[in-house]
Amino acid sequence: MGYSTELKNPQNEQHKFRVRLVFLVLMVLAAFSALLGRFYFLQVARYDYYQTLAENNRISIVPITPNRGLISDRNGIILAHNFFVYTLEITPAKTDDLQDTISELGRLVEISASDLKRFRKLRAQSHTFESIPIRTHLNEYEAAKFAVNRFRFPGVELKSRLFRHYPYGTLGTHGIGYISRINEHDLKQLKENNQLSNYKGTEHIGKAGVEQAYETELHGITGFQQVEIDADGRAVRVLSSASPTSGNNVVLSMDAKMQEIAEQEFAGRRGALVAIQPKTGEVLAMVSMPSFDANLFVDGIDFDNWNALNNSLDKPLINRALKGIYPPGSTFKPFVALAGLESGKRQPPFTISDPGFFTLPNSHHRYRDWKPSGHGSVDMRKAITVSCDTFFYGLAVELGIDRLTDFVRHFGFGEKTNIDIQGELSGLLPTPAWKQKRFKQPWYMGETVIVGIGQGYTLVTPMQLAYATATLANNGKAIQPHLVNAIVNANSSQVKQLPHRIADQLNLNADNLNIVKLGMLDVTRPGGTAAAVGANAGYDIAAKTGTAQVVGIKQNEKYNEKATAERHRDHAWFIAYAPAEDPKIAVAVIVENGGHGGSAAGPIARKVMDYYLLGKLPAPVDVPEASDSPITTMVEEEEHD
Amino acid sequence: MIRKWVSQFIRHIDSILLATVLTVLVVALMVLYSASGQSLAKVNAQLVNIVVMLGVMLLVANTQPQHIERIALPAYLFGLALLVAVALVGDISHGARRWLNLGVTKIQPSELMKLAVPIMLAWYFSKRETMLRTGDYIVAGVILLAPVLLIAKQPDLGTATLVFAAGFYVIFLAGLSWKFILGSAVAFGAALPILWSMLHDYQRRRVEILIDPSQDPLGAGYHIIQATIAIGSGGSTGKGWLNGTQSQLDFVPERTTDFIFAVFAEEFGLVGCSLLLLLFAIIIGRAFIIASQAKSTFARLLAGSIAATFFTYCFVNMGMVSGILPVVGIPLPLVSYGGTSLLTLGLSLGLLMSVQSHKRLVASD
Repeated sequence: MGYSTELKNPQNEQHKFRVRLVFLVLMVLAAFSALLGRFYFLQVARYDYYQTLAENNRISIVPITPNRGLISDRNGIILAHNFFVYTLEITPAKTDDLQDTISELGRLVEISASDLKRFRKLRAQSHTFESIPIRTHLNEYEAAKFAVNRFRFPGVELKSRLFRHYPYGTLGTHGIGYISRINEHDLKQLKENNQLSNYKGTEHIGKAGVEQAYETELHGITGFQQVEIDADGRAVRVLSSASPTSGNNVVLSMDAKMQEIAEQEFAGRRGALVAIQPKTGEVLAMVSMPSFDANLFVDGIDFDNWNALNNSLDKPLINRALKGIYPPGSTFKPFVALAGLESGKRQPPFTISDPGFFTLPNSHHRYRDWKPSGHGSVDMRKAITVSCDTFFYGLAVELGIDRLTDFVRHFGFGEKTNIDIQGELSGLLPTPAWKQKRFKQPWYMGETVIVGIGQGYTLVTPMQLAYATATLANNGKAIQPHLVNAIVNANSSQVKQLPHRIADQLNLNADNLNIVKLGMLDVTRPGGTAAAVGANAGYDIAAKTGTAQVVGIKQNEKYNEKATAERHRDHAWFIAYAPAEDPKIAVAVIVENGGHGGSAAGPIARKVMDYYLLGKLPAPVDVPEASDSPITTMVEEEEHD
Repeated sequence: MIRKWVSQFIRHIDSILLATVLTVLVVALMVLYSASGQSLAKVNAQLVNIVVMLGVMLLVANTQPQHIERIALPAYLFGLALLVAVALVGDISHGARRWLNLGVTKIQPSELMKLAVPIMLAWYFSKRETMLRTGDYIVAGVILLAPVLLIAKQPDLGTATLVFAAGFYVIFLAGLSWKFILGSAVAFGAALPILWSMLHDYQRRRVEILIDPSQDPLGAGYHIIQATIAIGSGGSTGKGWLNGTQSQLDFVPERTTDFIFAVFAEEFGLVGCSLLLLLFAIIIGRAFIIASQAKSTFARLLAGSIAATFFTYCFVNMGMVSGILPVVGIPLPLVSYGGTSLLTLGLSLGLLMSVQSHKRLVASD
């Protein structure tokens, strides 16, 4: 053993070497077993998991946005349609330097200050990975210019988008409404309604009017494409697809020409008009002046325009027809009159002798008639015709507030008309119970007195008043007003007429009804408060004028129309239906600060009725050509790139 | 005449080794064709690499081990000098100084050391006529650590580890005492925290992401996650040649080089993986047998080290791609695209064949 530590022993050495080798072989076996175990784990035990991940990697679901349905008027005039435009969009998260990108882009295509403002506004509202338009409506030249330089702009895309367009701009905007970009609130709403998946790829949603109320009909069903994508997200091939279903077209009850005539007749004044077919509830015109251009909202309204609209004293964004609440004034009288007749409190030959004022028993307070000298001997029919305040003061007191309000409620006062678009107000029909709740105060008899002439707390919307007028014209049969007549399937062209809903059915005594109607008919005849409106009409108009006080007039003070500042002047009301013997149209008009109803509001109603009943077009009126917009392609059919 | 010369030339070839290697190469070309997006150009380029590799293998197989012993010291010293040169004047790329610019071409001296170090150590141990003492191991340790540290400082942790492994196998096979190995292992474990603090940030990050790739699913963890998905989604029989979605759609990174195994595993499944492991095991096993039958100390140490190093490459690459080892950026032997790796393999296989055939010659003489 001694020398073996000194010199190598080849045999011994090889043996020791082989022992070491065996150790390495065992190590190899252990390591390869570990690998095999790992492969088994990945490829067999967790195969499903990794298979799913691989499929998720490679398959991308691309939504195909359906074409939004068109909106047309009752005669087929298109009021909202779609067309393709080029937009330049930035995904801020994908750009290297947003500021740089924008200023470089500005050198290529024009980017205005308002474009920038809108971009910033949209950016503040959007998610990080959303693309936001920096420029819309690029022309072919600009689009080509960008396409050539595209490589210089990571995160910027040229998109061809379907845009909503309202060819008549401001016409009937409050009824038609508009679409605008989907915001957080809309998303929440969509989520609640389980509509989120159908809105993948959709960027706009109806925000007002018919566009909002009939969103589900107009939007359509989103199609999907299963696309195989590579690691960079580029589509390699289409695996499967489901075509989108275009949204349904909506046919309005609105008559665009009538709408146009009415808007023109306002001639810059503020106010509202509602025209309804009494027998069907179809809204023929719904005017709120001033109006605004719905197109401004489609790709996100810019700051200046928004401020101008939002801060204007004229409040163009408010739909006065549904949201404007005014005292009905004397237009309330026919309904109070009917209450008096139906209750038996006032039956012919009841007459009063009008001294020009009314006093409550045990009081010296004088409720004045609009005519200081009084109207002399006044019966029900004349009371309506000359709008005798004294007559209705007394009637209201005798009826009592509860009986009065209970009756007129049937005509829709104090309640929503349930028209088929959102946002209407219910106005106010005051009662002692309401006052107690609202002001914690008892009801005073004097308040009943002025309700008789439609003043005091009573408030109505133009829509309510038109609805009440239509109900009266329809002999107490109330048909729920609606703006949409029919839904047309975009693919099959199948028309679905929407039913007319009877909202209330009053059984009115024909004689009573006749007295009120005759009183209203006399209004447009010589001696009536709107005799001029009825002159040379060629058909009979039943009407009632009214004024709604803006500023209360103190006792013993005389109202002087000319001296009152313009915005403190009374609002002028006018309600009418015609032809009186077989009503086809009922109208309510208010001209804000217009003064007297007969002279300010009446002529507008007359023009509308002339058009509708006689086909008369006032002055040189034609529905305007499509406003100057960069429409290049009109798209009615399915078309996708 | 030529026929005789040729038969003389090819009789040094080990048929088992060659057959297995060729089988793997055929599979490798198929996988490369798929991984490269069906690029025949890439397959042709690799074919050229393979021809060069086989040529080198043949040449080395015909060289007697004694001749190789003679170049052990010069090759080692030359390599060491180049590494020093790299440390002083090397080109920097990707934050590491690895390349030496010779004007006409760039070389990576660390690659040379993968073989120069084990040859040097085998030569050193074979020169010791007496039983090895502690001093010998200390010298061997210096021979090994000098290049390893230089490479690690570049920094190129992957290559340093592999050069270390190649050299360490020689020392281990030469009979390094178990006590020392165990002691070192314990000491290494204790020193791990210190080593950790010496690592570069990107190296630490690699280790962290290895432990939990989901930490950085879009960045550093992306590679390993996508490779794992590719392997897993291959299932037991695979998606079929050219049909791996992860591979064909670019989800697998570096898919012709370091991560080519993911492509293979996705398209051929567990069955394919098992067969490939078997082929590798045959090569390694054959190399071990050659080592165990070698007559000279130099030959058996070198052959044993080559066998173990080949195994290490396979294990580290497949372990890394399947997510059980850190991503250290080393190719899968014979399968990954690239000439350098194949050249080194040609040399290694040639050395094995030389050892095998010249043992026979010696024995028959």
